Amino acid sequence: MEIMDFIISKYNYWMYIIIMMIGFYAMIAKTNLAKKVVGMNIFQTAIILFFISTASKKGATIPIIQHGHGEAADIIHAAQYMNPLPHVLMLTAIVVMVSTFGVAIALLIMIYRKYNTLEEDEILEILKIENGR
Amino acid sequence: MIQHAPVLIIIIPLLAALMNLIVGLWRKRLCYLFTVAALGTCVFLSVAILDIVAGHGTITYKLGGWPPPWGIAYVIDHLNAFMLVIVSFISLVVAVYSKVSIEKELPEKIIQFYTLFLLLVTGLLGILATGDVFNLFVFLEIASLAGYALIAVGDDRAPLASFNYVIMGTIGACFYLLGVGYLYIATGSLNMADLSQLLPELYDSRVVLGAFAFLMVGVAIKMAFFPLHKWLPDAYTHAPSAVSAFIASTMTKVGAYVMIRIMFTVFKPYFSIEVIPVTAILGWLAVAAMLYGCIRAIAQTDVKRMLSYIIIAEVGYIVMGVSVGNRMGFTGAILHILNDAFMMACLFLAAGAIEYKTGTRNVHNFSNLYKKMPVTTAAFTVGGLSIVGIPPTCGFFSKWYLVLGAIDSQQWVFAGTLLFSSLLMAVIFFKVLVNIYFGSQPVSGAHSIGGNGAVVMDEAPLSMLFPICIMAVGILSLGFFSGKIISSVIQFTVPGSF
Repeated sequence: MEIMDFIISKYNYWMYIIIMMIGFYAMIAKTNLAKKVVGMNIFQTAIILFFISTASKKGATIPIIQHGHGEAADIIHAAQYMNPLPHVLMLTAIVVMVSTFGVAIALLIMIYRKYNTLEEDEILEILKIENGR
Repeated sequence: MIQHAPVLIIIIPLLAALMNLIVGLWRKRLCYLFTVAALGTCVFLSVAILDIVAGHGTITYKLGGWPPPWGIAYVIDHLNAFMLVIVSFISLVVAVYSKVSIEKELPEKIIQFYTLFLLLVTGLLGILATGDVFNLFVFLEIASLAGYALIAVGDDRAPLASFNYVIMGTIGACFYLLGVGYLYIATGSLNMADLSQLLPELYDSRVVLGAFAFLMVGVAIKMAFFPLHKWLPDAYTHAPSAVSAFIASTMTKVGAYVMIRIMFTVFKPYFSIEVIPVTAILGWLAVAAMLYGCIRAIAQTDVKRMLSYIIIAEVGYIVMGVSVGNRMGFTGAILHILNDAFMMACLFLAAGAIEYKTGTRNVHNFSNLYKKMPVTTAAFTVGGLSIVGIPPTCGFFSKWYLVLGAIDSQQWVFAGTLLFSSLLMAVIFFKVLVNIYFGSQPVSGAHSIGGNGAVVMDEAPLSMLFPICIMAVGILSLGFFSGKIISSVIQFTVPGSF
């Protein structure tokens, strides 16, 4: 039961690890270059999910402070608001991720035009023949 | 004006990169002058920053006036200021060199080349200037993305090499980002100075240990540290010659800088040396890197690929100097960052000029090349001798300090491997140099008059020759002034506890 509690209480981290490993596996083990790019995307998405999940708190609301007037101006309790900083960081990381994805896709187009295939082993075969010449 | 230098040095190349596109629409030829002017300003600013830092100590520049733990701060101490000068100077020299080689290699893409080149410089300077771990990640990706694109426009194999670099580089950057995330969870801060205050209480926390591991692996991929170097030789071999000269001489060194920052600024030196024995692991991997790089380099016939494997060995030298954990070794490592940047720039620029004139990168075709290109081959010789470590070239002095550092901490294997790998490098370079000066074949691609022996001198154009000579003279003068460089800058970069 303790193990179950351990897993359930931190389920967001378990999920991010599982998703990240799926992406990591695709990046390393797949021979199709397009699948590698998809794996890369999954890998980066997992990290974004990890960051976002660290920001959330139980019973907290969105971090927009409502200022009352006069008497109603209340003290701000940090525990009532979610942490906005990871979200801001991840906006930047998403931009980075999209541009990496774009560069990778552009490279795939270049590779496909040159070799007419995206299978890594077939490309290596073509390169071997080229080297032999 | 000058108090804004820490941010201007990043903003100027960034804005210049965007304006380059507009300038290029109007007059394609102005791109080159515009780039050189922007990078010249960067060199001026970086020297000014170094001067201020040497006179008044560390500069802290608050972006937008926000105080450091909340806002992003640019913190420039002796180490960054020194690295800023190296990177901006080499970028200027390579930009001057690139004019003719890019017109030949990428005639259609001159505007895009200079835009990406400026973005790459922006990224590298940003990594050096920032005092915020997340900001560092953003600049790391700016530099890497520009680097992927620049490598991909090289020769036939370049797209595939660049693609492998994208995959590896992204894994590295993501690991770094995860490390930053773990540190943020544990401390709630992203500022380097703030982190180093908050972390010592948490040194036995597993989250912090995990963060450190992720950060180190991520940076090791970016700096091509053995055994995570797989992407480097392909990427640097197939890139355009100006690009490989710049990336080879600066990118791995900036990676080494980030590693030093994490080990000794974000974490305290005693954490990296005693709490977890990361320096011991790095030291042994560095030994493997030196041997592997040299042995693989011996077997290469393509001069750029040979130099790429030597970079792997050179990264090993730098890491070994850091890992012995004493004053001598650290001084040697920082000095080697400077020297290696110059040596690699010199060798890659010379190799690029040789390829420009003869159309070959195969060292067997360099036979008697000195008759055709005396100045370029002389610069190549100076660079090669410096890599081997022959006085009075600068390579000797940094290796001297590295060996002293290894002996100081009684790491006999490290010292022995360093000397042995220097011998291997002598084998590599003397093989090439003998061929250049005493080769048995006639000069390839030369217009010989009257059949035997008499070869018309056919040097590279002046805009290529001048940067190459600057680098060769730089190697010699860095050798002569290495004592002064150490006493005026490098000794202040050594962490206090060493």
